[in-house]
Order: sequence, then C-alpha cells, then structure tokens
Amino acid sequence: MRSSVFFLIAVLVGAAVFFGARFVHNEYIFFAGFVILQFIVLATAWNILGGYTGYVNFGTAAFFALGAYSTVFIHKLYPLPIPVLILIGGVVSGIVGLGMGYLTLRLRGAFFSIATLALAVVLQTLIVNWTFVGGSRGAYIIRPATAPLIGNYIEYMFLIMLALAIVAITTARVIERSQLGYGFATIRDDEVAAEASGVPTLRLKLIATTISGALMGMAGAPFPYYIGYVEPTSTFGLAYAVNSIAMPMIGGTTSWIGPLIGAILLGTIQQVATVTISSAVNLLIVGLLLVAFVIIAPKGLIGLVQDFRRSRGG
Amino acid sequence: MHIQLDLLVSALVAGILLGGFYAAVTVGVSISFGILDIVNIAHPAFIILGSYIAYTFNARFGLDPILVSILALPAFYALGALVYQVYYQSFEKRGQDALRGLAFFFGLLFITEVSLDLYFGVDYRYVEASYIGPTLHFGIINLPLRLLVPCVVSLALFAGLQLFLTKTFIGRAIMAVAQDQLALQLMAANPVRIKQIAFAISIATCSIAGACLIIIQPIEPSVGRDYIGRIFAICVLGGLGSLPGALIAAMLLGIIESLTSTFYGPSWAPAVAFGLLLLTLALRPAGLLGR
Repeated sequence: MRSSVFFLIAVLVGAAVFFGARFVHNEYIFFAGFVILQFIVLATAWNILGGYTGYVNFGTAAFFALGAYSTVFIHKLYPLPIPVLILIGGVVSGIVGLGMGYLTLRLRGAFFSIATLALAVVLQTLIVNWTFVGGSRGAYIIRPATAPLIGNYIEYMFLIMLALAIVAITTARVIERSQLGYGFATIRDDEVAAEASGVPTLRLKLIATTISGALMGMAGAPFPYYIGYVEPTSTFGLAYAVNSIAMPMIGGTTSWIGPLIGAILLGTIQQVATVTISSAVNLLIVGLLLVAFVIIAPKGLIGLVQDFRRSRGG
Repeated sequence: MHIQLDLLVSALVAGILLGGFYAAVTVGVSISFGILDIVNIAHPAFIILGSYIAYTFNARFGLDPILVSILALPAFYALGALVYQVYYQSFEKRGQDALRGLAFFFGLLFITEVSLDLYFGVDYRYVEASYIGPTLHFGIINLPLRLLVPCVVSLALFAGLQLFLTKTFIGRAIMAVAQDQLALQLMAANPVRIKQIAFAISIATCSIAGACLIIIQPIEPSVGRDYIGRIFAICVLGGLGSLPGALIAAMLLGIIESLTSTFYGPSWAPAVAFGLLLLTLALRPAGLLGR
C-alpha cells in the first residue's frame, strides 16, 4: 500500500472515530479518548527509537514534560493556538533529543538508557527551581471557554490529539518501509556488522532519537490545556515512561501496528481500572503485564498471532 | 568569614560521611553492572525494599535497623538468586537481547515501587535508634552519629566485599567470569553458577544499604529513583567493575552534593549526580579508574 493511500485511510478511520465519539453524547468519552490517543502518540514515538533501532529510552516523561512546559512558558508570555504550540514543543524536544543522543549514542546501548533516566531528573530539578513556570508548586492554565471551528473545547483537544496520532503512525509506517527503516533494522540486529558494512549508524541513531523525541514533545504540548494544572511530580511521572515502553512491548515492537494495539489495549484497561479500582492498582497491572510479556511473549501480541498462523498453516 | 569556614568544614565532613554511604549503595551495581554486565536498574528499588523491612521490624519489635538488615541478608541473597534465574532463563540464554532485559528490570523497579506504595502508602517512614540524634564534636568538626554509623557500616561492607573478590576462590572466579567465560569453564567452574552467586551478593548488599538509607533520611517508595542516577553516576565515574574507583567516585559525589546543597540549596542536589553522569559519559566514558 502506498503511503498516501495509507494516510487517507488513517484519516478516514480518524474521522469515523471522532464522529462515533460525538454520537455517544457523553463528554467523558472525549476526556478518556484524549488520554488513549496521547498514549498512542507516545508509544509510537518510543517505538521509532526503541523498537526499530533497539535503543531503550526511559526518559519519555522528560520529553513529554518538555513539550508541556514549553506550552506553559509560552502561555505565560503570550497565548498561542495549540497547533503552533505543538510545533514549538516538537522542536524543543527534538533538539534536546538530538543533543542527548550526540552525547551518549556513541557508547553502548545501556549507557544511553541510563542517561535518559538521568535527563528526566535533571530536567525535573530545573523545572522545580524555575519559578517562572510554577516551580514545585505548579502552574494553572485557564483554557478558553470555546474553541475555534468546533466550539466545544474538549472535542477540539480530542481532534488535535487524533490528528497527531495519525501523523505519528503514518511517520512510523513511512520510516519502516524506507531506506531509513532498513538502516534502523541493521542497527537493531547487529550494530557492529552494520557499521562495518558502511551504514552510518551514528547518524541514523541521531535521526531516530530526534524524531522520537520531537513526537513525544508534540504529545506533551497540548497537555497543560487538557489538565488545567501542571506540576513537576506528575508531569515527570514514571507512569509515562513505563506505559510508553509497555505498550509497544505488549503489542510488538517491529511494526507500527504493535504500539497502536498496545496503546489502545493498555490505555483502555487503565481508563477502566482507574475508574473502577484505583490508579495505583492500574499502574501495577501495567508493570506486571510488561514483565510477563517480555518473559513469555518477547515478540508481543503480533508475534503471538504470527506464531499461531504459522502453526495452523504448517 | 568564620561562619563561612564553619559551613564549608561541616559541608565537607557531611559530604565524606555521605560518600561512604553512597559506596555501599553502589557496590551492588558495581558487581552486577560493572562485572557481570547486567544493567540492573531495579537495584534502587531493592534498596528501598531493604529500608521498608528495617522499618517494619523497627516499628513492630524495636529491633535495631542494622541488625535487621544483617538478619535479612539470606532472604535478599535468595531473592537475588531467583531474579538472576529468571533473567538467565528468559534473556541471557536466548541470546543477547539487551532491549528486553532492560525492560524487564524497569518493570521490576516499577512493580516494587507501586507495591510498596499500595502497602505502606506515600507517607514518609523513619526508624528509631539510639544513634539517631546525638552528634560528636571535635572543635569545629561535627560528626552526626546518624551519618557516621551508616558510613562506618558501609565502609565495612565495602572492605569485606573487596577482600572477598580479591582473596577467595569464588571472588576471583567472579572477577574472571567477566573476562573469559571459557577459561573459567576449563578451570571446572560453572560460569552461570558463578554469575548467579555474584548477582545474589549484589542484591544482598541492598539489605544493608537500605537500612543505612532509612537511618540517614526518612523514605517513601519513590525515593529510590533519586538513587538510580547517583548509583550509575558513581559506577561509571569510578570506572566499571572497579571497586576502589567506585569508592573514590562515591566520596567525590558525596562532597559535591553536600557543597551544592549547603551553598545553593537542597533542591539542586539531585541534579548534581545526573549532571556528573552526563559529563562523564560525554568526556571520559571509561571513568577514573577504568579498565
């Protein structure tokens, strides 16, 4: 399937989702849906680096928070429309991703992973000490009562996140099928052999880190307008990191559809569990599922389906 | 100027004492990450587990936290052996899959933290012991026992492990497994068994480090995350697999952190370790005493 056709289909599916959600006549659908879509973007972004090249990023929360705090910063100066803020958030996070990649990607994969954890804490410390964006007390963002085009603000937010999810998934699919994607796969399978065969591994890894970081920042940029109150502890929460790793791992990391399935599945489970049980228990579920899947089904749900088909066919 | 000097001296002393404690926190990772090449980022979660065990027995029966931690050593050793068994069967044996191994330990970190959260809540917990409170004075040097006791215990642990690794057969086998598994096999030692022992020891140190931690500061489940950066910063700065290097790096970090929180405010202290880590990775990845 050509990428333009895929994009068109994705837009149609997106439109169906939006009008379907409107049909229900319940605002909660949009609030819950926004979170799930946000996780689709984060999981897809994580997978572009983690799944395709095999470099584990534990700092999703840092890139997400960078996007969110870029919005807070700009909101304090002069409120801009959300799509512009998303672009700014993406640029800021992309540059930070590039910089950090440049510092640590020449080393073994484990160092990169540890450095991403480090990045999250360094940034959190900076934000806690930066009173202009609220410091440790946090900042209130009062969102406008009405939105452009549609009127209802939460529907507008939902639509924006939906568009972002479509962009993220299409990007992932395009990368997967391009020369870039094959380059990424060589790094994942055997970096030394790839380097020896003339694959510019460092440059490819930097590209992956930048795209992945930028998408995470873009997911974070609308967040302050959704939540209304931003403070460092929850914005840098470990939940973002663990979810964006667990979702691709559970779905399957080698294809764009893995993170999508994982995000919809885990996102929905968590929305239900948060309402019916408690938010701490749903995090425990995510952790247990992550460990269970990496041990029992290393290729995720996609791998399970493939194995099942193969065993039936053969 | 005298007040400044006072501040400086007490910050330095506190830093050295803190550094000793950091050495105990790091020594486990020096073994698992530095020698065995297992990136156990769940290590701090096990330390916090140690703290909560010390807290539970201290609050229920009034037992001394250090004593509890020594009694809990076999349990932690068994836990470590079990974790390694799962890790080996699921990841090491199937070939090098660093990605899933990392995700596995990240999941363990998360599960431990959330479980402690559910069981104990997010209130800060602390222990009671006779040495928490009093301070020894030598001129302008103040030695709070709350810091001195964990420091001494940590250094004893550290020295014991260094002796074990360099003088005993199993210790030397552990050092050897990192360099040449095949050669070790030819000496009639099972590398997997040796690795399991080493990993179990690294988790066992969490018991003592955890007790020291809760003596120094009140804890809640997410405190462990602050230590991820400290541990790996020390481990990398010291040079992977080098215990003496780790000790020097621990002291260095303790002093820098202490000076930072004295002169710039405690809210900046967490960034010091990570900043140092990023700098080391960028400038000298081999560390101070790297192999």
